[in-house]
Amino acid sequence: MTTTAIASSSRATRRFGNIALQIGLVLVVAGLVYAAADNAARNLQAAHIASGFGFWNNTAGFDISQTLIDYSSSTSTFGRAFWVGLLNTLLVAGTGIVLATALGFAIGLARLSRNWLVSRLAGCYVELIRNVPLLLQLLFWYNAVLKALPELHGSVTFPGGALLNNRGLFVPRPQFAASSPYVTMTLLVAAAAVVVLRLWARRRQERTGEQVPVLWIALGLLLGLPLAFIFLTDVPIRFDYPALGRFNVLGGIEILPEFAALLLALTIYTAAFIAEAVRAGVLSVAHGQTEAAQALGLRPSTTLRLIVVPQAMRVIIPPLTGQYLNLTKNSSLAVAIGYPDLVQVFAGSVLNITGQAVEVIAITMAVYLVISLVTSALMNLYGYAIAVGER
Amino acid sequence: MSHVMKRVATAFALAMALVFCAQAAFAQATLKAVQDRGQLVCGANGTLAGFGMPDPQGNWTGFDVDLCRAIAAAIFNDTTKVKYVPLTAANRFTALQSGEIDVLSRNTTWTMSRDTTLGVDFAAVSYYDGQGFMVRKSLKVNSALELNGASVCVQQGTTTELNLADYFRSNHMDLKSVTFATADEAVKAYDTSRCDSYTTDSSGLYAERLRLTDPSANIVLPEIISKEPLSPAVRQGDDAWEDLVRWVHYAMINAEEMGVNQNNVDDMMKSDNPDIRRLLGVEGQFGQGLGLTNDWAYRIIKKVGNYGESFERNIGQGSPLKIARGLNALWTKGGLQYGLPIR
Repeated sequence: MTTTAIASSSRATRRFGNIALQIGLVLVVAGLVYAAADNAARNLQAAHIASGFGFWNNTAGFDISQTLIDYSSSTSTFGRAFWVGLLNTLLVAGTGIVLATALGFAIGLARLSRNWLVSRLAGCYVELIRNVPLLLQLLFWYNAVLKALPELHGSVTFPGGALLNNRGLFVPRPQFAASSPYVTMTLLVAAAAVVVLRLWARRRQERTGEQVPVLWIALGLLLGLPLAFIFLTDVPIRFDYPALGRFNVLGGIEILPEFAALLLALTIYTAAFIAEAVRAGVLSVAHGQTEAAQALGLRPSTTLRLIVVPQAMRVIIPPLTGQYLNLTKNSSLAVAIGYPDLVQVFAGSVLNITGQAVEVIAITMAVYLVISLVTSALMNLYGYAIAVGER
Repeated sequence: MSHVMKRVATAFALAMALVFCAQAAFAQATLKAVQDRGQLVCGANGTLAGFGMPDPQGNWTGFDVDLCRAIAAAIFNDTTKVKYVPLTAANRFTALQSGEIDVLSRNTTWTMSRDTTLGVDFAAVSYYDGQGFMVRKSLKVNSALELNGASVCVQQGTTTELNLADYFRSNHMDLKSVTFATADEAVKAYDTSRCDSYTTDSSGLYAERLRLTDPSANIVLPEIISKEPLSPAVRQGDDAWEDLVRWVHYAMINAEEMGVNQNNVDDMMKSDNPDIRRLLGVEGQFGQGLGLTNDWAYRIIKKVGNYGESFERNIGQGSPLKIARGLNALWTKGGLQYGLPIR
């Protein structure tokens, strides 16, 4: 044999060995998982504890204070309760992520401000908030919010018909009559127009260098078109106004104090960490970039928006993803204040009524894992999309 | 907050134990384990005045706690050899299933599904209770049937949570329940007017009312909407241990029926009444059947007292709760407590 043949054959052997090792490892892990599951099932049986997932379709029988989908204690199943809890988790986490990002960016940029007072205030915010445990902040907000709000019959009434008391914030619910699909359609048409406008504006700028105020036109389209439609066609919009009942506010859209407190705590807490990530990202952009932009005659706000932030995003995205995951997982502290999130409803009520701790905890952990992995994947995609090609 | 962590930790520990422990790792002989350890581990409430709560000096007292003290008296002749584990409604069964506690004595309702699917057994009904509602007097509500559309604070993982939904549904009333993991938080939310009403077992209502900012501004409505037979629970599969817990309870009932109490128990040893002689171990070998000495019941009565004494001291006229005996009077006095014969 020639030396190359020997080399290639030994490389092949090594590769085969590698593959065999990996297959073996996978088999061992799979075996362990199977043995653990089998052992758990047998132990449950020996301890006379019900097991399996048969409970999923049994009637739940308990009430939930906030439900985004139809749910009734008499007819809905434990499975339905799971979805109610999951949606409540996603609602508070989703809203929290949006608000925390906005607040975090504002604080992070404020901390870099040349204005001494603004930057110190932002610094104080960050140090104060991120050094106090979230649970304490949550309890503080919940108790502060509840204590400060008036009782039912002393409700604060806002112009427009919204009511605020210690049962929550109640806003009028718009009720479109039969023509509501058309209103939705005009909204879709407006959205499509905005996309077209943006493409046209970009091409125009590339060709002529002239800019179009896309943002304002887009806002005008999105708000104006449906409103114009409503007025022109004389669609009667009714509002379901909240009204004081014997015990509670009746009607309207209800925002629970538990939701408000949790959202407030998660937003304020996470924003402090996001602010630091933003500050680090902005500081990582070489000062020469700003100077170059100034030399080209860009205004400071435009420099920030077009030159600094896009480059800073490369540094910001990984820690930002981490904060999004933290916020989502921290939303499970809802259990401390009675907000019906996944943990409170499913790993709380359902677990206790069915007594099936192993199944319920396993499902709950799997759900948080999936939410986190999906969030990470989306953020990674965004990261690739905005990555600046290295030269 | 520790209880949240604790609940998840307990559930996780159970999962781990079930997944990784070899089969039959759960010892069958709880009595032997307790004796070897030199201490009974008792799952108790921790925040319910009169039933299970440490006093300012850290000594656990209460009606449910007395059962654990009685078990310790029967086994060790020492009521202090008990370690109390405060549990929430939500983590109590997991703590029992996982072996963290030997007996659960924490105002727990005996229901069929719990008995048949949770891997636990109930020993004896120590307190006949029923669910009620508390409201602020200022609401001017006189009946639970007037609560249509009311917000009700409730503790999660309880039969209460389910009865509440049932009651409002069957009376065609709208319910806005606000569910909390612990009674503490539910009561606090009620106290800050987050809810119009707080619901739990009526014994609990009287106990929790004492913790409100202004107890006298609140009333308990007359309706009792459910049957809540409260019972100590043990792990299923250790029949000898279940027998022991059951007979500790009946020894206390029998003592009250026979007029044997903490003060006269020494004199009663000389009694001619064969029932009393068997109870106190002067005659027969009844203690041995439980794996104890024959003076097991004497120890209980000497150290803890009979059922009536424990009731009055903790939740009855000798306590701030002043709960009437009601269903928990002896059967000879129109109640449901009936001592099974020691014979």
